[in-house]
Amino acid sequence: MSVESVTWERHDRRSRLLRFAFALGGLIVVLASWQYLELDLRDFGGATAAFADLATRMFPPHLEYAPEIVAPLIETIHIAAVGTMAAFALSIPVAYLSAENLTPNRLTYALGKVIVTVSRSVHTIIWALVFVIMFGPGALAGTIAIAVRSVGFLGKLLGEELEEIDAGQQEAISSTGANRFKTLLYGVFPQIKPAVVGLTIYRWDINVRGATILGFVGAGGIGVHLYTAVDSFAWRTVAIIVLAILFVVILSEGVSAYARTKAQ
Amino acid sequence: MVAETEQPRSTWHRPTTFYDHRVKWGIYVALAAFLAWSLWGILAGVGLSRFTEGLGYGVTLLQTMYPPRTEAGDLVRLGDRLLESVAMAMVATAIGVTISIPVAFGAAQNLVSRPIYLLSRAIISISRAIDGLIVAIIAVMAFGFGPLAGIIAISFKTVGFFSKLLSEDVEDINMGSIESVESTGASRFQTLVYGVVPQIVPRFVGLTVYRWDINIRASAIIGIVGAGGIGQLLMTAYSRYEFDYVASILLGIILVVLLAEYVSAVVRRRVQ
Amino acid sequence: MLETHDLRKVYPTGDEALTSISTTIEGKEFVAMIGPSGAGKSTFVRCINRLTEPTSGTVELDGTDLTALSSAELRDARRNIGMIFQEYNLVERLTVMENVLSGRLGYVSNWAAFRRKFPQEDIELAYEILELVGLGGMENKRVDELSGGQRQRVGIARAVVQNPKILLADEPTSSLDPETSHDVMELLTDIATDHDIPVLINIHEVDLAVGYADRLLGLHDGELVFDGTPEELTDDTHGVIYRGEELTTTEAKRAIPAGGRR
Ligand SMILES: Nc1ncnc2c1ncn2[C@@H]1O[C@H](COP(=O)(O)OP(=O)(O)O)[C@@H](O)[C@H]1O
Ligand SMILES: [Mg+2]
Repeated sequence: MSVESVTWERHDRRSRLLRFAFALGGLIVVLASWQYLELDLRDFGGATAAFADLATRMFPPHLEYAPEIVAPLIETIHIAAVGTMAAFALSIPVAYLSAENLTPNRLTYALGKVIVTVSRSVHTIIWALVFVIMFGPGALAGTIAIAVRSVGFLGKLLGEELEEIDAGQQEAISSTGANRFKTLLYGVFPQIKPAVVGLTIYRWDINVRGATILGFVGAGGIGVHLYTAVDSFAWRTVAIIVLAILFVVILSEGVSAYARTKAQ
Repeated sequence: MVAETEQPRSTWHRPTTFYDHRVKWGIYVALAAFLAWSLWGILAGVGLSRFTEGLGYGVTLLQTMYPPRTEAGDLVRLGDRLLESVAMAMVATAIGVTISIPVAFGAAQNLVSRPIYLLSRAIISISRAIDGLIVAIIAVMAFGFGPLAGIIAISFKTVGFFSKLLSEDVEDINMGSIESVESTGASRFQTLVYGVVPQIVPRFVGLTVYRWDINIRASAIIGIVGAGGIGQLLMTAYSRYEFDYVASILLGIILVVLLAEYVSAVVRRRVQ
Repeated sequence: MLETHDLRKVYPTGDEALTSISTTIEGKEFVAMIGPSGAGKSTFVRCINRLTEPTSGTVELDGTDLTALSSAELRDARRNIGMIFQEYNLVERLTVMENVLSGRLGYVSNWAAFRRKFPQEDIELAYEILELVGLGGMENKRVDELSGGQRQRVGIARAVVQNPKILLADEPTSSLDPETSHDVMELLTDIATDHDIPVLINIHEVDLAVGYADRLLGLHDGELVFDGTPEELTDDTHGVIYRGEELTTTEAKRAIPAGGRR
């Protein structure tokens, strides 16, 4: 009894020391970063004032400009929808390849993992830079960028979902004499359906946000207009565009939350 | 009563999550129509040749990217800017997390009054809805080019993310242990320190590391709009068509991002 | 009629789960296979429909050697073998009706399966069987809302709707409470007589086996060490099955089958 409590305390002391070292290390790194960036606390003091100044310049938002941003907003929504749809279609085979229990062999498994890693390790905006060169400026490049980035996200998470399916359900269906297709349809798909629907909608929601910035690199959507407005210091126009983006994003978040509860 | 003997039933319809089958089909048709409209919106006027040519350009692009540039001077500049990105992520995480603490408590329904709750929720919603690059592009105009604008943008994004998740944990706090501390006659501050803080510290550390990982990714691209870090170098090389250098930069970014993901995963596993 | 000859299974790990099992099951026999955990009971039933691939030996169902079939032929043969699982293995997110109808998947086209469109006779049969297993009116419930006993009834319904030539069950009562276990055993005996098919069930509760089965098979360490009626199961033979004791010679004649009972 007493021996137990002694070892327990010793253990706790060591982990407390470790925790302290971790916190101290973190603090030192942050301070060193501060030094490296040659930051000054006064800059941040100025930040509040600068933002207050910006806010007054933005007011009142340029309402007359509103009709001109409807079309680019719709284009933004189109980019998100088509990009997500394409990613969804492509992610199913990718998930199948990268699920350890279903992938045909080691080579296909590696292929699945490579696709997922490459897609995920590059930000949408960088994919957009690449596709603007390939397909020219415009919504097409943005859509492809959204799709390519989302394939990794959906492929990874759906693959993990596939790895966790109950093999018993699959086996029971195949023991009735069902072929592979029917076994996938009845024994596998119902198990992952909520995840498929939920994750796709969730990614669509992320993509709506992502599509608002593609215009910064010429890949279509509302971002083009925002970029121009900021560049010409038209702050009241910036305000109306940001408000419109807020509206669309919050709306899509609501739709996404509602649809995901339906998919349970 | 009609003598309704057990008729063999010969049809069966799957029950639907929607109210009835007509509503279900209505929703499916509307969704299909919306997707078709979107598809048309993106692909109208885009010929197949645009795709095939694009793929051809892709091959050319890959050829100009290979081999990536490895001259010493370029690599030093690359390393310098990568370090700048990492430092930006560090500072922004620290600032963002610090600001998040009061916001998270303000956004916990069980701890504060209604107006403070709504204000905190509004801050969170706005921060989460607006992409970091949008904040950055505005911050660049307000503060000029460089890491300061990037740090402000990333900190702003951190607040929305971090406060939301942290406030959920605060709301989940076991009220029993708060009451047991309160019942000893502790003040409100003491209750916070002894009743609330111990319950959320592990989660807090885990979330911080997780957000740091996300911030590394963000700081690597935020320079695309001039807000400091490696992204600025990327944009310069890109606009000069120095694609071999772009390749080196991308490889550098991917390396740092994967490394951060790994570190974050290891630390989070140890904390939880 | 099901006949196995020298059925043997060695797992890739080197475990010899079945040494050489030969036996025959026919008519509307209700056969219970008993034996300690790890004796090879599951392996035996799974080798029959080749959910587990036997290492050697043959399995004949009405004269067809199942071990020699191609995978397409095996699928057709599996339609004649109903299987019931310990953990029910129902598709949790589908309705009771969809689970039952999945027993008919071997008979419908891919496209019909995709649209959940089954022939009228199948649906009538499914309703009838749901009534039989005591789940009338439950067809639209999702399986994950059901109790263990109800789930196993759905599992039985899925197997029976196949109109199988034999019913296999791997520990169908192990996840159930004692009372429900009796209900399930009763249901299975009724099915054997009503549908005129043999039923082979693995079970480790000996009293349940003795109470319901026409015939017992005793498995020990992958070997068939007993084959007889419940009345023939003495304390000694029980010891053979569960503890691997040697038998006295007179009993040995009765207990150890000579190439399967006829
Ligand atoms: N998939 C498998 N891989 C390797 N060995 C297995 C496997 N399944 C069963 N075994 C082994 O085969 C033997 C018989 O197992 P099993 O048929 O499950 O017995 P029972 O159903 O009577 O409990 C056991 O020793 C078990 O460890
Ligand atoms: Mg078993």
